[in-house]
Amino acid sequence: MTETSANSIGHYLKTHMREYGMLLALVVIMGFFQVVTDGVLMRPVNLTNLFLQNSYIIIMAVGMLLVIVAGHIDLSVGSVVGFIGALAAVMMVNWDLPPIIVVPVCLAAGAVIGAAQGYWIAYWRIPSFIVTLAGMLVFKGLTLALLSGQSVGPFPASFQLLSSGFVPDFFGGLIEGRFNLFSMVLGIVVAVTLPVLGLRSRAKQAKFAEIDEPLAFFMAKHAIAGIAILYITYLLSTYRGLPNVLIVMALLIAIFTFITNSTTIGRRIYAIGGNEKAAKLSGINTKRLAFLTFANMGMLAALAGLVFAARLNTATPKAGVAFELDVIAAVFIGGASMSGGVGKVIGAVVGALIMGVMNNGMSIIGVGIDWQQVIKGLVLLAAVIFDVYNKNKA
Amino acid sequence: MDTILEMRNITKTFPGVKALDDVSLKVRRGEIHALCGENGAGKSTLMKVLSGVYPHGSYDGDILFDDEIQTFRDIRDSEDRGIIIIHQELALVPLLSIAENIFLGNEIAENGIIDWPATFARTIELLRKVGLKEAPNTLVTNIGVGKQQLVEIAKALSKKVKLLILDEPTASLQENDSQKLLDLLIEFRKQGITSILISHKLNEISKVADRITVLRDGQAVSTLDCHDGPISEGAIIKDMVGRDMAHRYPDRTPVIGETLMEVRNWNVYHPLHIDRHLIRDVNISVARGEVVGIAGLMGAGRTELAMSIFGRAYGVNISGEVLMHGQPVDVSTVEKAIAAGLAYVTEDRKDMGLVLDENITRNITLANLPGVSQRGVINEGAERQVAEEYRGRINIRTPNVAQKVVNLSGGNQQKVVVSKWLFAGPDVLILDEPTRGIDVGAKYEIYTIINKLAADGKGVIMISSEMPELLGMCDRIYVMDEGSMNGELAGHEASQEKIMHMILKGRGKDQ
Repeated sequence: MTETSANSIGHYLKTHMREYGMLLALVVIMGFFQVVTDGVLMRPVNLTNLFLQNSYIIIMAVGMLLVIVAGHIDLSVGSVVGFIGALAAVMMVNWDLPPIIVVPVCLAAGAVIGAAQGYWIAYWRIPSFIVTLAGMLVFKGLTLALLSGQSVGPFPASFQLLSSGFVPDFFGGLIEGRFNLFSMVLGIVVAVTLPVLGLRSRAKQAKFAEIDEPLAFFMAKHAIAGIAILYITYLLSTYRGLPNVLIVMALLIAIFTFITNSTTIGRRIYAIGGNEKAAKLSGINTKRLAFLTFANMGMLAALAGLVFAARLNTATPKAGVAFELDVIAAVFIGGASMSGGVGKVIGAVVGALIMGVMNNGMSIIGVGIDWQQVIKGLVLLAAVIFDVYNKNKA
Repeated sequence: MDTILEMRNITKTFPGVKALDDVSLKVRRGEIHALCGENGAGKSTLMKVLSGVYPHGSYDGDILFDDEIQTFRDIRDSEDRGIIIIHQELALVPLLSIAENIFLGNEIAENGIIDWPATFARTIELLRKVGLKEAPNTLVTNIGVGKQQLVEIAKALSKKVKLLILDEPTASLQENDSQKLLDLLIEFRKQGITSILISHKLNEISKVADRITVLRDGQAVSTLDCHDGPISEGAIIKDMVGRDMAHRYPDRTPVIGETLMEVRNWNVYHPLHIDRHLIRDVNISVARGEVVGIAGLMGAGRTELAMSIFGRAYGVNISGEVLMHGQPVDVSTVEKAIAAGLAYVTEDRKDMGLVLDENITRNITLANLPGVSQRGVINEGAERQVAEEYRGRINIRTPNVAQKVVNLSGGNQQKVVVSKWLFAGPDVLILDEPTRGIDVGAKYEIYTIINKLAADGKGVIMISSEMPELLGMCDRIYVMDEGSMNGELAGHEASQEKIMHMILKGRGKDQ
């Protein structure tokens, strides 16, 4: 590690433009809206809302990333969100079942829905576009049927906590006012743990081979990430603390980042998307993996459906309409490739946040829904052009 | 004789690499000019400069064609002047007909409406010129690679070609198809069409070429005139690699042990036309330390045999037995075949062997991820170490194992595939056309690896369409034709004549 000059950092940044470009874009977009909204964007209340509003997109983007990396697409997730919301409403409101039973049943139902679609895609080789397009229509219809075309609600209070609850302040007695100390401590723990984990994996790698990432870059990256985490948790703590759903999201992101980066299953999914024939001839059970990615997607869509229903406190026939488009857009903005084999969990999350911040920021400054759509479409196109441009240059 | 093409002091640099360094090339009107060199020597780059793929201004030097300096901006410009290049990977649309392919982008049309009668008439005329007896409305996907190559040439002829450039035209052809193609080139020479032929097959070059230019490391090393006297393949190789290659096949003293694998009464049917019996009652075996070859023409069923044995990756209604170490084993899936100690290096490394967008490390460990992981979690350090180990052992030429394999040369890609399968720890390796499309130097290295594997006590089955290669490498050669084994020959008693004889003998019996 003799070379930590600015030069090698520049070179590293250039070769990893695809990874960091979108993150930079997110920061720039946040900065822009922070200015034009006179600081409303980063106000604790709005920041909390921002996470709540986008949680279900991020939850699904994580699953969609795997689906897209495997070389497929899932158009049905929006309808599944609506369907699971309706199912939960019928079970909890009409049948008075407790959430403790309903939530697992709904998650299982989502997994079964995903598996049912994955079965045709993986074992019958029917294109995922068609199978999930069918699924989209089917579950949209079933949602209407379940709800008899009407909204059903409200949900029990304990269920609403899923999306409107906050991590309680276990140190609540110690401090006056509303500052949520426990949330802040949680943020500090995460901010410290990440660089420690990073350093450990660096040390592990250094034992075997030279590391590409310059040390200075590594430090700067973690310093910035740490400060960002601390700042955001601080802001959230001054309001009501960390939302429950943010914890769920963070866990999902951590789990799926680990799966894609470090497990054999993750590696094999990338291989299938990169070259299915080669993967198959390397002894990989390509069918089972494709099947599992869809089952997983179904389960995450169900989770998103529950979160969304809890947030609205009612199940409506219109829930989830066109969500699949936002989710897929997030994954592509985050750098995934349409042809499969390329993409990162964190990229999909950044993509979802870019869309979310833009939605939120534009709403605050009063841009109409019409122009919001136009701008979001152009951003999607620009992100993919940026990707292709970078790829061609390399 | 006048000069049709002169490339003067061409220099082309890519970031960090000088692909062409002051290369000059003169081609005389009406000759067949061969271009030789190892992969990465700059042959393809030179032809891309000539054909305008790299536009004027992106290289240094001048191109004179018909005594005029040319400034091609793209392929269309060069095609307009009559320079047509036929690439190694054919640029045909499989689901369009021969006629549609020939006139694609150059349709005989008036106001955008295609004149089909004229198109068909012209196609028939062109097909007659290249000696292809197919109906113009036959879909390209339904004819073999050899015939597809002829369609490409017919397409070139339709554009009033003056200079025809063929990049490895015979790489995927059988002997008889190759011969037809070379005869066609000679026929063209009579008609005054100039050709540039890029090929690794030196025996073909010395048969048809008038002059040979050898490139090495981006420089033109020598131009040999075949009319000055016969040129030995050895002389060309010497110029290509910069050293004398007295032995094209490394020496080896076979130490053959007990039988490792046996295949008994193997039968396979076609996956789509299930009544087509592709493999009939095949019995083969390979012993410890033995290199066994399978010879045959294209379509003999060799790849189908190998893939059906390797986890039933091809074919349906498969019957027969596979024994490893004398015990019957289950090879019904690729996973089980690997577990039983088999490995199969595919014929087509880009399409079926590699994940091109992934790096070297990840490709090497793909078939044996459990070997670098614990409870499903990959140890990246250990993985990197494995990659480094194979880079050294197999001599993969790359500065870094984090390099994407798409950026490697054919020979190095093949070494990555071989590394992948060695890391899976097989007892028996089936290598399907292991040296296709790679240069002489890399071939020698692959041969050395094969010998090393045999010396380490593994069994090697080698499928190849290049008979000299089988003769040079194998202890025993099976001769396969139309799905059946026609016989086997011991390596020392085999010859090209005997193999061809055995193939044809089998055919005579049927008819």
